[in-house]
Amino acid sequence: MELIFEKSREGRALSILPACDVEIVMPKECRAEAPKLPQLSENDLSRHYTQLMKRTFGVNDGFYPLGSCTMKYNPKINELTAALPGFAGVHPLQEEDTVQGCLTAMKTAEKYLCEITGMDAMTMQPAAGAHGELTGLLLIKAYHEDRGDARRTKIIVPDSAHGTNPASAAMAGFEVVNIPSGEDGCVDLQKLREVCGQDTAGLMLTNPNTVGLFDKNILEITRIVHEAGGLCYYDGANLNAVVGIVRPGDMGFDVIHLNLHKTFSTPHGGGGPGSGPVGCKQLLVDFLPAPYVAEGETLRFEQPEKSIGKVKEFYGNFLVMVKALTYVMMLGREGIPEVAKHAVLNANYMMEGLKDIYKMAYDERCMHEFVMDLSPLKHKTGVSAMDVAKGLLDLGIHPPTMYFPLIVHEALMVEPTETESKETLDAAVAAFRKLYDMACEEPGTLHEAPVSAAVRRLDELSAARNPRINYYAAQASSSKAKAKKEEAR
Amino acid sequence: MEFPKELKYTKSHEWVKFSDDTTAQVGITDYAQQELGGIVFVNLPEEGDELTAGTSFAEVESVKAVSDIYAPVSGTVSQINEELLDSPEMINEGAYEAWFVTVSDISDREEMLSAEEYAAFVEEEKAKEE
Amino acid sequence: MGSYIPAVEQETKQMLAAVGCETTQQLFSHIPQEMIIKELKLPSGMSEMEVLRRLTEMMEKNKVFRSIFRGAGAYDHYIPAIVTSVTSKEEFVTAYTPYQAEISQGVLQNIFEYQTMICQLTGMEASNASVYDGATAAAEALAMCADRRRKKALVSAAIKPDVMRVIETYCHGSGMEVAVIAEAEGRTDMEALASMLDDGVACVYLEQPNFYGLLEDCQKAEQLVHQTKAKLILGVNPISLGILKTPGECGADIAVGEGQPLGMPLSFGGPYMGFMTCKSDMMRKLPGRIVGETADAEGKRAYVLTLQAREQHIRREKASSNVCSNQALCAMTAAVYMAAMGPEGIRQAALQSASKAAYLAKELSKIGYTRVHQGEFFNEFVTAAPSGAKKALDALADKGILGGLPLDDNKILWCTTEKNTKADMDRVVAILKEVG
Repeated sequence: MELIFEKSREGRALSILPACDVEIVMPKECRAEAPKLPQLSENDLSRHYTQLMKRTFGVNDGFYPLGSCTMKYNPKINELTAALPGFAGVHPLQEEDTVQGCLTAMKTAEKYLCEITGMDAMTMQPAAGAHGELTGLLLIKAYHEDRGDARRTKIIVPDSAHGTNPASAAMAGFEVVNIPSGEDGCVDLQKLREVCGQDTAGLMLTNPNTVGLFDKNILEITRIVHEAGGLCYYDGANLNAVVGIVRPGDMGFDVIHLNLHKTFSTPHGGGGPGSGPVGCKQLLVDFLPAPYVAEGETLRFEQPEKSIGKVKEFYGNFLVMVKALTYVMMLGREGIPEVAKHAVLNANYMMEGLKDIYKMAYDERCMHEFVMDLSPLKHKTGVSAMDVAKGLLDLGIHPPTMYFPLIVHEALMVEPTETESKETLDAAVAAFRKLYDMACEEPGTLHEAPVSAAVRRLDELSAARNPRINYYAAQASSSKAKAKKEEAR
Repeated sequence: MEFPKELKYTKSHEWVKFSDDTTAQVGITDYAQQELGGIVFVNLPEEGDELTAGTSFAEVESVKAVSDIYAPVSGTVSQINEELLDSPEMINEGAYEAWFVTVSDISDREEMLSAEEYAAFVEEEKAKEE
Repeated sequence: MGSYIPAVEQETKQMLAAVGCETTQQLFSHIPQEMIIKELKLPSGMSEMEVLRRLTEMMEKNKVFRSIFRGAGAYDHYIPAIVTSVTSKEEFVTAYTPYQAEISQGVLQNIFEYQTMICQLTGMEASNASVYDGATAAAEALAMCADRRRKKALVSAAIKPDVMRVIETYCHGSGMEVAVIAEAEGRTDMEALASMLDDGVACVYLEQPNFYGLLEDCQKAEQLVHQTKAKLILGVNPISLGILKTPGECGADIAVGEGQPLGMPLSFGGPYMGFMTCKSDMMRKLPGRIVGETADAEGKRAYVLTLQAREQHIRREKASSNVCSNQALCAMTAAVYMAAMGPEGIRQAALQSASKAAYLAKELSKIGYTRVHQGEFFNEFVTAAPSGAKKALDALADKGILGGLPLDDNKILWCTTEKNTKADMDRVVAILKEVG
């Protein structure tokens, strides 16, 4: 398909702006050349993006069991409420008395999400999960600094954690202590005791963990960390498994982030915007990012006493938060626990349909997702987790998460979510079984998959060796190379 | 797979070519490059940097992994192979020609294997993978 | 109550039977039972119609201004109709990060086009796929420059205060030292900058135009900064680059900024997006996702996430940034906006925004609202408020006009865009003339 630049024709344009109604004032120094932005008619432009749309697979296109990403259905009412002109048209620096609606939305969302997670206060500022992690870790850092305890420089992270956990800890200036998981995929209590000490700032954990299991020892885990003087951080990536059933606050966590774009149904947008609110217990409230919405006669912004500062301009991805608020209001106290129940039921139902042929990394009741270990299949047939994933593309299903968590070889991590019907799950089970048979009978076919997508498998090696990440720069370097070649001739 | 006799090897898959007692070139072995797959980028130290035996001094990136390269000796980096920065594929094409750095004033060294010993070690590693 | 769960009772029973449970509660029987929630203290669920009504009532407590003269980081530019039409397409809205390249060519090609367009606008060579906003882009840019020997960043006092606060927060985390370069009459004090530069300085961050709307002497800054081999980072308003000299032309090593002016509504501050561009020799230091061109197994041109070994999912604690989610749909918005405006449209938006500011400044000065600073500005400027900022802004608000941002009791930071008509500006002046 052509790039938008290749469709451009000198002189084509849309009719957007009127003529200027005041005298034009030229700056003293102007850019030498106009930017080479595309020049298209509105019709061409519209068709270009429709073409791109057809080469994109969204949740609305089909089943998307992408483990740890919670690709549930994104309700349309969310889009409608977020686009209300009274939200979308408000300047972030308006006087407080003119934005009481926005502040009410923020405060309401905070209260609901605190109730769901067992936290005392929450900031909406972080824009994504990883951003929330950084914020939460900075709260932990500020807490220890405030107590004058400079020894606490280490954050404990299990080896099954998302890569963002150790990366965030490093960004917050902590040293990362990786602890290996036990054979059951959960935290090894003995190892945890060994690494906990006077230098422990905290522990980062998801529960259920990244292999889809609920860590039954969670109260003991958080107790060990607390007794050593550390704090416990809950990565909310997997909250969909337990939302409305148990609360991170009751598990002993002091600070958490939520991924509103996972558990609370806001769409992923091809990689963002997300929203990663951070909730905390009372002991961290004074350190929250500024500003924080405080209640009084009217709602107003307040600077928490010992605030870590700001992690983002303004107040976060506000409209994403409006979508999540809409979702919680729709579901309410009865609907929220149903989410977890059906998310867990759907995952176990699919696992049951596959476990006789695919090896489960941990063959016990899973939570909202399960991890398959395809190394026996690879050993037997040469077909890898990647091959099976690519085979699914030809069957109209988005593949599960591949090669994560790192502690399972040839991992495929399946998270069906609660919004999929029994027929969809049955069809997916049938598809996985079909691919298993294909792997045994005609493995070559799967090495070649996909054949029905817009493109075949890609050459990622040359993409990384000779990065071409800008159309005009790549063109210039190609023509330079060509000229060089000709010169040599 | 080749294991040139004149080189010394480490268990972390680096090769060392001594030109005298205190000067050596360092690279990664043929086995290491095969395990890593297509290499897309190399991070090298700067000339003048001090290396400590057993600690990481460079990184190689493949498409979906990044691996530390450990210094087999302690000493000073007297030269780096700048060609690798532009053409990391040289490591895949000829691991024993694609030296990373020259180290001078070598003061300490890791335990090193001969070509035969290293060949046997690689066999063991391969058996473990199976 | 609302629900998006398709399973009817009979199906739930069948599925429970298949997994050996009688009730859905049993699925959680291995969790310590003392933790199980009895009942959530939330309101009952509602229908779509009720929720829409509640949120509409909430929204009505906000005041939406017909005419806006406030900027300071969020700008009220016109959004072409096609922008919203394209970015509401469900596939774009509901897709995940394009890890499965074969079925994500639409998103990937779009990011590639975005990267190219933003490089064209900034005059830089490489771009990532976006970060959270302009402030986090600035903070991440500082981190790109730190190395073993250079751990200090110099930041101008004339940048947006929110950006400064985000930089301080990030640097407190990472341990990078931040020193503030004083301002002199609204601009970065170049003498102060010269005196602060040494070989421990990794980078210098300025905004162009700066918080007060003034144009900095980037050429001077570039000479000073590069003499000590530090990096120059410019924070820019993307609309201004429709006409102003680009960061590339100014010799910047990194150019970042808030992408909101490129087609995103004000939205009480978000979602917006941060763009990050640099010279090609710093490409591998860019945080976050980057899309590159390659070919598929049949040689067909295609796009893929590339240089992934920089990122947290591979590098973990050694990654220079933890960025995972970005603001992809906002970057798409920016791309569609730039394509819809084209080179001439964006030039017009820039010229009109600046020309209207010049007009408003001239008219305001006639009634005593004189400029506080000398020299050239883009579409923002600061004036005195002879009878107090609050009184002036209240009078405007009464007439449905959001005036400039009060900087203190007697100073106002004004902003214009192509949306402000001459008639609106004359009205502002007339209202203020009455206030005095």
